[in-house]
Amino acid sequence: MKDELTQDQRSANLKGMGSSRKRVEDVRFTQGKGRYVDDIKLDGMLFGDFVRSPYAHARVTSINTEAAMAIPGVVAVLTAKDLEPLGLHWMPTLAGDKQMVLADGKVLFQGQEVAYVIANDRYAAADGVEAVEVEYEELPVIVDPFEALKSDVVLREDLEGQTEGAHGPRKHHNHIFTWEQGDKEGTEKVLEEADVVAEEMVYYHRTHPCPLETCGCVASMDKVTGKLTLYGTFQAPHAIRTVVSLISGIAEHNIRVVSPDIGGGFGNKVGAYAGYVCSVVASIVTGKPVKWVEDRMENLMTTAFARDYWMQGKIAATKEGKITGLWCHTTADHGGFDACADPTKFPAGFMNICTGSYDIPTAYLAVDGVYTNKAPGGVSYRCSFRVTEAAYFIERMIEVLAIKLNMDAAELRRINFIKSDQFPYQSALGWEYDSGDYHRAWDQALNAVGYKQLREEQAQRIEEFKAGKTRKLIGIGLTHFTEIVGAGPVKNCDILGLGMFDSCEIRIHPTGSAIARLGTISQGQGHATTFAQIIASEIGLPADDITLEEGDTDTAPYGLGTYGSRSTPVAGAATAMAARKIRAKAQMIAAYLLEVHDDDVEWDVDRFSVKGAPERFKTMKEIAFAAYNQAIPGLEPGLEAVSYYDPPNMTYPFGAYICVMEIDVDTGEHEIRSFYALDDCGTRINPMIIDGQVHGGCTEGYAIAMGQEIAYDEMGNCKSATLMDFFLPTAWETPTYTTDFTVTPSPHHPIGAKGVGESPNVGSVPCFSNAVHDAFRPFGLVQSHMPHDHWRIWKIAKDLGLHS
Amino acid sequence: MSKMHVKLNVNGQEVEGLAEPRTLLIHFLRENLNITGPHIGCETSHCGACTVDLNGKSVKSCTVFVAQANGSDVTTVEGLTNDDGSLGVIQEMFREHHGLQCGFCTPGMITRAHRLLQEKPNPTEEEVRFGMAGNLCRCTGYQNIVKAILASADMMNAQKEAAE
Repeated sequence: MKDELTQDQRSANLKGMGSSRKRVEDVRFTQGKGRYVDDIKLDGMLFGDFVRSPYAHARVTSINTEAAMAIPGVVAVLTAKDLEPLGLHWMPTLAGDKQMVLADGKVLFQGQEVAYVIANDRYAAADGVEAVEVEYEELPVIVDPFEALKSDVVLREDLEGQTEGAHGPRKHHNHIFTWEQGDKEGTEKVLEEADVVAEEMVYYHRTHPCPLETCGCVASMDKVTGKLTLYGTFQAPHAIRTVVSLISGIAEHNIRVVSPDIGGGFGNKVGAYAGYVCSVVASIVTGKPVKWVEDRMENLMTTAFARDYWMQGKIAATKEGKITGLWCHTTADHGGFDACADPTKFPAGFMNICTGSYDIPTAYLAVDGVYTNKAPGGVSYRCSFRVTEAAYFIERMIEVLAIKLNMDAAELRRINFIKSDQFPYQSALGWEYDSGDYHRAWDQALNAVGYKQLREEQAQRIEEFKAGKTRKLIGIGLTHFTEIVGAGPVKNCDILGLGMFDSCEIRIHPTGSAIARLGTISQGQGHATTFAQIIASEIGLPADDITLEEGDTDTAPYGLGTYGSRSTPVAGAATAMAARKIRAKAQMIAAYLLEVHDDDVEWDVDRFSVKGAPERFKTMKEIAFAAYNQAIPGLEPGLEAVSYYDPPNMTYPFGAYICVMEIDVDTGEHEIRSFYALDDCGTRINPMIIDGQVHGGCTEGYAIAMGQEIAYDEMGNCKSATLMDFFLPTAWETPTYTTDFTVTPSPHHPIGAKGVGESPNVGSVPCFSNAVHDAFRPFGLVQSHMPHDHWRIWKIAKDLGLHS
Repeated sequence: MSKMHVKLNVNGQEVEGLAEPRTLLIHFLRENLNITGPHIGCETSHCGACTVDLNGKSVKSCTVFVAQANGSDVTTVEGLTNDDGSLGVIQEMFREHHGLQCGFCTPGMITRAHRLLQEKPNPTEEEVRFGMAGNLCRCTGYQNIVKAILASADMMNAQKEAAE
């Protein structure tokens, strides 16, 4: 058979790795044909809705459901009393703590679930919620974690007297754990002997992932078959199935969990929430499907806050600026229950990546987790387990040190970067960085923005400002971040005892098309597009001929799901490995068909050809058909493979971001003049999708740095529970981003990819924040807490005496 | 609660049904008519996921009672697909320029963009950004949405010219 196409043309036809392939998901999404949880409609379906506590800390003295039950359409009202005989009035959290499903005697945060009303439709359910009468007796409220550690008030009475928690000793009745990493004494010694030590409290405020679709589920118990189907907005459907089985006692094979299309996750949809448990119970009790979808206020007030880390830092250096040591003590506000979503052995996630991109010989980190009267959660809002906090901490400390040394912060970074020949690099806090070339990225970034000229312009602007010719300052925000993603090696990463591997199963059909199923679940990342590209490049079938499925635990192989930028590093690796198993079998089939030895054929884009005789070949399509119609001695029929991939290490994407911001000293308003984002995520699978991820992640970072927060008053009232108060930027104020890249493949990943989804959130928050600080650096500002909304920036200017 | 009779023209089809006076247009569309393109993201008029076209104006259907829409013409994203089932211009440009990720805001975005381009067939980037500010997206950072809408304007104008 003669092939008219060149190798390059054949390769391009596959739309494999490196191609900006258009997304296959978009055909249905652009027509409104996505299928999200709230689109699911089952026969006889009921609706659940919560009665929630208006108080942040109170005893529940009585619950009267009589009036609610009298409302037409209300079917039942569940309280903790109803769940107690089933042992479901409390549930285990992902962090080794337990959490009330429905208020058991008291409430610990505003918005806590008190009763669950089940009704024929959502309006009747809302009527029922209004009619449930709950009496509360108010208790003293603690919203400050430092106060909590001093207070006599016991928040968690259920834990009273327990001096040991899931992560070691508890020092106080409101204390959860202490987590220590690194060399305490060595670091203290370095600090004592250092030429220079800069010290600062860096606060990363509480915020919320706030995906546009809120959390929800539909539980459907089939009493005839005994099978429970649970549709939901789950970022980890397989883990949810196991958890549901463990806490409900329903055998795991009798549970089917389905994550349909998910309208954004960003960490919000990792956790297990009271709504899921109550809906399952309600479906079992009523024998009907029950839907629960939280509204926006419930979402912002109760499911999955992020951050809330008070990070006290000390950084030591020589007078020339070489960093010699880093010390960090973090007070972590976990709210009323410890429901953080971290791997079991990491109660503060990967906060110990806080040495960042720098070669810091000695370091020490301690984190104290604390209970307060705030919502539980502590998820990774588009980051890999507290990496954002770590990156913000080190990137602020570098700036603080630069001020102390009176040095340019870009130069200070440069002289402290880990050098490319130091990889794999062992960090002082225990990680092995896989690969990087930070100097190259940094130089490329500084050149691209014209860093030197920007500093000259800034200096000139300061002169003009001092001369009264302008009221606007320029801030140049710098960041070089290193992420740690792709959790993770099973040897040290698990959630509830489930190892954090991931999986892919590929089945080739006789006509040479394929279906692949993965243990992950897309929430907008475009898995159906990109994972097909990996397979296309590995086995030479066009990506357009490969269907991808995720999220149905009855059909997909077991995996730990999508969060922490782990899909490409872990499931992407499983995909490549499964494809390689198929290719290995295809090689044997090709050799048989070509009547040569297995070793005498070689892979060529989409075919195996005889070595030295490229005109003799069998395409993958031909091989696929042969796998189903030929009796090949020594080979089973069919062509499929599965891979469960346990990564040998995490991956370490990095990036260099530079923001130029104009700040109006009199109004506190800002304007982002430019934002440059260079990302190195290793091998690039789909550049179009990478750019999209960077735009989106930077916009989330912009929101967090410049205005978004979950704020409480001293009574524990959540002051930012609607989109009126919780800042989500619109198209109007969102900056335009310039993206760039370098490629430093991961040496241990089958295709060298590192993951990119979360890098822009991790990198852009310190970049925006550093720009604000940089604008005021000449006037003496060292540290000011985020979010930098107009009022807070105005306040900085006022406190520095810049208002006449 | 007693129900009232409502009648609408949705995407060119006459439809009718019974609804409580307090029923929101978004719930009537989604639950009574199974038109699930418009989504619910906030129920307070901020996010725009529920945007539909009501008598030639963009409205957020989470804060309109279906009773208020009685007798009206409603267009949702489902009504913007070409008659032959292929993607309409704006839908196609969103796909072409990667103007969507999770897809949850997309129906509202496209429906709003449709009205914006009726009002301003040659918008500047600034006008697009201002005109789309009632629709929130958490995934894309808007950059490619803006690009998609500007490209849609060009394509629609070229089609108009070709037809003349």
